[in-house]
Amino acid sequence: MLFLSGDEAVATAAFDAGVKLGTGYPGTPSTEILECFESLGGQAQWSPNEKVALEVGIGVAYAGARAIVTMKHVGLNVAADPLFTVAYTGVSGALVIVSADDPGMASSQNEQDNRRYAVAAAVPMLEPSDSQEAYDFTLRAIEISERWRVPVLLRITTRVCHSKTVVRRNGDALPQPRAAEFVRDVRSRVMIPAFARPAHHNLREKLRQMAAWNTSDGPNQIVEGSVSLGIITSGISYQHVREAVPQASVLKLGLTYPLPLELMRNFASRVERCLVIEEGDPYMVEAALAAGIAVEGKPDMFRFGELNVARVRSIVAGDTTPEPKPVAGKPPALCPGCAHRNVFASLKNLDCIVAGDIGCYSLGVLPPFDAMDSVVCMGASIGVGLGLRHALPPEQAKRVVSVIGDSTFVHSGITGLVEMIYNPPPTGHVLLILDNGTTAMTGMQEHAGTGRTLDHAKTGKVVFEDLARLLGVPNVHVIDPTVDTPKFEKLVKECLDKTELSVIVARRNCLLAARYIREYERCNEQQGN
Amino acid sequence: MSSKVTNIVIAGLGGQGVLTCSDIVADVAFHTALDVKKSELHGMSQRGGSVSSDVRYGAQVFSPMVPPGEADFLVATAADQVPVNAAVLREGGTIIDPSHIDESKLRNKKSLNVALLGVLSRHLQFSEQEWLAAIRRILPEALHEANVQAFHLGRGA
Repeated sequence: MLFLSGDEAVATAAFDAGVKLGTGYPGTPSTEILECFESLGGQAQWSPNEKVALEVGIGVAYAGARAIVTMKHVGLNVAADPLFTVAYTGVSGALVIVSADDPGMASSQNEQDNRRYAVAAAVPMLEPSDSQEAYDFTLRAIEISERWRVPVLLRITTRVCHSKTVVRRNGDALPQPRAAEFVRDVRSRVMIPAFARPAHHNLREKLRQMAAWNTSDGPNQIVEGSVSLGIITSGISYQHVREAVPQASVLKLGLTYPLPLELMRNFASRVERCLVIEEGDPYMVEAALAAGIAVEGKPDMFRFGELNVARVRSIVAGDTTPEPKPVAGKPPALCPGCAHRNVFASLKNLDCIVAGDIGCYSLGVLPPFDAMDSVVCMGASIGVGLGLRHALPPEQAKRVVSVIGDSTFVHSGITGLVEMIYNPPPTGHVLLILDNGTTAMTGMQEHAGTGRTLDHAKTGKVVFEDLARLLGVPNVHVIDPTVDTPKFEKLVKECLDKTELSVIVARRNCLLAARYIREYERCNEQQGN
Repeated sequence: MSSKVTNIVIAGLGGQGVLTCSDIVADVAFHTALDVKKSELHGMSQRGGSVSSDVRYGAQVFSPMVPPGEADFLVATAADQVPVNAAVLREGGTIIDPSHIDESKLRNKKSLNVALLGVLSRHLQFSEQEWLAAIRRILPEALHEANVQAFHLGRGA
């Protein structure tokens, strides 16, 4: 028996199942999966972003091996392009894509519900409700992937990822993985229109079979209870439901796409009132109603944020009185002594219009800095900054800077830099890369700009200033903003005053990571000698 | 919900060892063969902001989160985090905050969190040996001595 977080349980199952390679990009609440998988002895690597991570995973699964690809919910937006088409091609081994959703936005810019992706991309989806199921469903995902030769989405949510519950391992549940081997299958894997058209038909047929299997033998569970109230639920909501309304009959769904509609119809017909209780979007209730199943959903106010026991009680009671606002705690802040503080103080002094990005430095929006004017998604600082420069009158355009972190730049800033070279605004532009030598926000993960792999071994390194020069940026500077902040501020001012393109790499290791970075560098040097 | 589930909320600020605290409590319960669930949030909350973590144990635990008004204990590593989390406490629930500890007697000031667990331990059914074993399992060896001292300070206080 183990006491594991949901993330650790997914990693443990992947390891027990002999997953050949785990890939991903760090993102709360998914980050610990690959780190744990690696610490158990699995092979894991950070990719520059989720799209690349998924593509590598697809290759592993085409080779007949088992792959797991991890990301947070918004990461699946980045990986959506390969996702929609790998559904058509199918896989030869197993491909499990973990989408860690963040209802309530504990650490995210939106609370999108990625069950919609399962429907849109026609990829089956499993939803565990605790760490034991996170373990079991990871194995089930591999089983389903190999049986129907499809990618499988494993959707976990913040409270499943980061809650610890008791887990029993059961690694013998699956057959051993097959040896990887290339088998040519052009009609399945080369999605030119002539091959993609039959592939779509084939996919819909697989989904029809899976839906029937889900009704008869799927990973679903019925808790017998009162006939006056039945509840259809899934994921973490199941736990809240069992506690809030212990007397209710419950149909808990494990495979939530394709839905076991006949099972739901049968369950609903046996109770007087059938409620669908789900966190986030009204996904299951809409599907049930469209299929003519007599169910009711939750009031719209419960679409926002996480569910919990109290909210489930309110849903059951039909209580829509406004909820008390939680007492505001102390907001997070940039660490004392963090180099980002110097940068944002300067940007404020210079009255810059700051197109910002995702990371610790998003906190530059808060007082005393108040030095960020937009945060949209990973990498957006550059494109948004350029757009502002194109549209604003020159006096305002000249104040615009794009601010992006090192890991975010690797993730999706490089194409923005290419855009800057290709379509420069008349006033030029200033791109600030805040290079603190780590992916600090998610807990100090490596990336291609650190020159170290997930387990901190030495590897190839992307050097931002070299890349910028190579692409033809006329003004490229590297500076430590903490050594002489007035000098840093002067440099930014000079770049703003030019009508040219400038890239300033503000380089200073993250305070929290600095001693680890020194240690990794020391170890790698010793091994190099 | 069965009244047999014990609900503990540990609250404080990022960097004060709130999650270490909840790891220790959950580990004690886990090693005494109880069903146990622990909930926490990572990410933004760790940049010095408010942090809280829930531990629930008993014969069978469903939700990992303590419902408002149902916590038996609120352990706060910073006094100003008590009002922020007060709504979670049940009527007659117990607040354990830094005022319970004479911090000048702590060998290492960073062990305040474990000292507060010492205070909590007097209210729970686990033995001193079980607590000390959990502290040794969860914390790195270099920190054992200071934290065992802190635990005893709280337990004796």
